[in-house]
This record gives sequence, C-alpha cells and structure tokens, in this order.
Amino acid sequence: MRLPLSRDAAIGSQRTAQVLPAASLGGPMPWVIAIMVALTVLTAGGAISLANFASEARSGLEGGVTVQVVEANASAREAQARRAAEALATAPGVAKVRRVPQAEVESLVEPWLGEAANSEVVALPALIEVRLTGDADKAALSRLRGSLAKSAPSARIDAQADWLGPVFGVITALRWLALVLIGLLTLASAAAVWLAARNALDVNRATIEIVHHLGAGDAQIARLFERSVLLDAALGGAIGLLLGGGALALLGGRFAALQAGVVERGALSALDWLLVALVPVIMAGVALYTARRTVLARLGRML
Amino acid sequence: MAGADDIVRFDNVGLRYGTGTEVLGDLSFTLHAGRFYFLTGASGAGKTSLLKLLYLAQRPSRGAIRMFGTDVIMLPRERLPALRRRLGVVFQDFRLVPHLSAFDNVALPLRLSGVSEDELRQPVADMLDWVGLGARSDARPATLSGGEQQRVAIARAVIARPELLVADEPTGNVDPEMALKLLRLFESLNRLGTTVVVATHDVTLLRKVPDSLIMRLDGGRLSDPTGALRYPPRREAATVRA
Repeated sequence: MRLPLSRDAAIGSQRTAQVLPAASLGGPMPWVIAIMVALTVLTAGGAISLANFASEARSGLEGGVTVQVVEANASAREAQARRAAEALATAPGVAKVRRVPQAEVESLVEPWLGEAANSEVVALPALIEVRLTGDADKAALSRLRGSLAKSAPSARIDAQADWLGPVFGVITALRWLALVLIGLLTLASAAAVWLAARNALDVNRATIEIVHHLGAGDAQIARLFERSVLLDAALGGAIGLLLGGGALALLGGRFAALQAGVVERGALSALDWLLVALVPVIMAGVALYTARRTVLARLGRML
Repeated sequence: MAGADDIVRFDNVGLRYGTGTEVLGDLSFTLHAGRFYFLTGASGAGKTSLLKLLYLAQRPSRGAIRMFGTDVIMLPRERLPALRRRLGVVFQDFRLVPHLSAFDNVALPLRLSGVSEDELRQPVADMLDWVGLGARSDARPATLSGGEQQRVAIARAVIARPELLVADEPTGNVDPEMALKLLRLFESLNRLGTTVVVATHDVTLLRKVPDSLIMRLDGGRLSDPTGALRYPPRREAATVRA
C-alpha cells in the first residue's frame, strides 16, 4: 500500500477525532458557556426592547405639541382655550388640533390629586394636543406662540418630545451599557475557553506530542480541539438560550400583563427573537476562534 | 554533493541542550536509501539525541541536515509534518496513545495520511497478527505487557511503509525469539526499500543482519570501528566524510 504524503483529511474523521479523549476541554465548560449565553441573551433582549421602546415613543411624539392654558379663572380659561383651538386650527404647519376634554384631564391627574382633581379647588389647565406637519422644533414653537399671543395669553406651548428627553437619554445610556455588558460577557466567554483549551493542551500534551511526531499538522490537531469546543458550545448555547430566552419571555409576559401602552411598545418582534437566537451561534464562533488560536499558539512553540 | 540515493545527509552537525556542553559534535555522514544501519554506543553516548535529529524532534545547534533532499534546518515548521509522514519511529518508551486500543494505535499513521477505514482495516489486522497481537487488537496499552506495547509501537512505526524507519532499542523488552522476529520484520521492510536505523545495546543483533552497517557513537562523536562506513564494501552505501 503506497501512502499519500500530504493528505490530512482523515484527522477530522469520526475515528481520528478519538485521538483525544472525549470531553477533553473539561466538564464545566458547557455550563460556563450556558451561563454566559443566558446572560448575553437577557442583556441583548433588554437592549433590543429598550431600542424598540425608544423608537416607538420617538415616532409617536414626532411633531407633537401640547398647549396648556394655565388660568385660575375657569371662564377665562375656557374662553382662551376655545380661541386658542380656533387659532391653531388655521395656523400654518398644523395638521391636527384636539381639545382634550376636561374629564380626560381630570382622570389623568386623579391618581396624584384624588377627589380634588374633580373639584374647583384645584385649577387644572386646559389642554390642547396639536400635531404639526413637520418637526416640533424651536422655530415652529415660536410661530405657534406668536399666533396665540393675543388670543390666549395664558397659553404655554411645549414640544411633547421635550418631556421625554431625559427618558431618551437614560434609554440611550442603558443601551450603551447593554452593549458594553455584551462585550464583557463575550470576552469572559473567550477567556473561559482560552483557559479550558490551555488546560486541555496540558492534560493531553503527551498524546499531542505523539500525534505531532506521527506527522499531524497544527491545523489537524487544532481541529480535534475545535470539535470538542463545538460540542461544548452547542450544548452550552442550547441550554443558555433556553434559560435566557425563557426568562426573557417570562419578563415580556409580566410587562404585557401591566397593560401599559408605553411598556408594550418595547415588546420583541419575531425578527428580534431571531437576533436573540443568534447569540449562541456567535458565542460558539467566538469559542471556536479562541480555542483554535490558543491551540495553534501553543503548538507553534513545538518543533 | 548529495547523491541521488542519499536519504539523510549530516554535515558538521552539533547538538547541545540549552547552555550545556555538546552532546553530539561534528557529525558528518550520509544514509543511503534502502540500507540497514545499526547505531550503537554506550549509555549517554548520544544515540537517542541522534535519533531525535533523525525523526525531526530536535533541530541541531549547528551544522546542516538534509533529508529526502530537503534542507530541514531552513524548512518552515509547517512543512515538517509532510516530512515526518515519510518516517516511522519506534520510541524507546513506546509512546502509545493511552486511551486508544492496539488497533487504533497502529491505525493512527494511516488515518493521519488520509487512508479510509475500509482500506486500513485489513493491513492493520494483518500487522497485529504478524507481531502476535491479533487477539489483543482491542486492548488498551495499560492492559498490555511491556513487550506487547513495544510490538504495538513497532507495528505503528512500520504500518505506513515509511521511507526511513528509526527505532530506539526496539527489542529491549521482548524475548530473544520475538526480538529475532521483529528484526526479520525490519529486514523485510528494508528489502522493500525502507532505510532502517536501529539503535541498540544488543551486539548479538548486529551479526543477525549480514548486510547491515554499524554506526558507533562514542562521547557524541561518530566512530567507525570496522571501517565499513569509511571504506564500505561495494554494496554498502553509508559514508563518513569527517
């Protein structure tokens, strides 16, 4: 039998893969990966949910303006509110005007003021919701103020987006924090794989030397470890996805049960779930790459 | 100038480990294809160090080595595996993979070379039969005696029909009858074209291979007690140029 001298396909075969003992990266590796994947899934899911919420809220508030007529005298307030609504309806750049019924205003503040919200003791402002055709920027607000200056001198005009400006700031900060956390978790996973691969190399040093002397190339030997890492990552990733995805679904259900429109805006879509499901795949890729680099670096020191 | 049938050529090769003294010095010789060499010498003479250079486990501290026409000193390490697959090595301490059966240990070089399971099954079984371990093909090394492990190691070294077989005390742990049988195996392989280098303490073996050449190491230097290396008979092909 004449042998080929440069073929190296067989090292990847089922039989040759047994050159290294099963579970050569060590027992806890799948669990370490599972924990990392679960945490990353939760973090990624939270970040996507916050992004959805911010995006929905921003588009809902775009071009939105609130006019408050703050006047202690009820009849004067009502008269100014009526004139303001009429003026706004004909003002340029205004798409829609809605006078918020007084009962709705009272119900909005009732949780804070109680019965006082329905009495004349507290003078609640009259509210008018305005939707502009363009952005509610400073120029647009200034134009509106000018058109209401005479008809409703007690009117205060605010862009709705301004109220939630600090909230958007917090959401942006949280999204960055989530990104940093995902990066750290990925680094921690890579470090765990690096340590496990080094340990496995030490444990299997004698076997690796034998295979090396018999003519196995670095890539062939690295492939033996990759197989083991891939199995660990697949198992750990599946467990992690189940744990993290389950927790995410549970939390989503709890938030949905609140029946608060604002919160529901953060719900994950099918595409979002697909992105979350990519976490174990990416983690497996990171583990594979780390193991390969570690093994090749160590083998590079052998002749 | 290397000849066409030179399989190994050493030029002024020296070897030292770390900052210690040289364990091998000024080795210049040529091994010719298809010859049988015995490497002898007292313990500590440098036999194992010379074998390490031959099976590419070590680079020399100085000098030049060519194997199969390739300068192994300058050869990038990623090209060494292809060269190693042309070698068969019997290690003094056997170096069997502990969790693999005798069959899988012997099959390893074939699998590394890309031979299919169907192709390798029969040759491996035949080889194990030949070394008297056909009935123990499923046994792990830990359950084999020293002699049995040595036979598995030899079977693994020769199964791929290497161009150069390097054996370090290959008969050290077997009875005289098995030693002779293994020597016949090496001779058979040699007749098929494999160059054989056997390091041994056992001088009785030297007489049993009539056409063999003796390389004697003494204090890390190669000596030529019979003159056969320096003035080889016509059929002998090893030469020492220093």
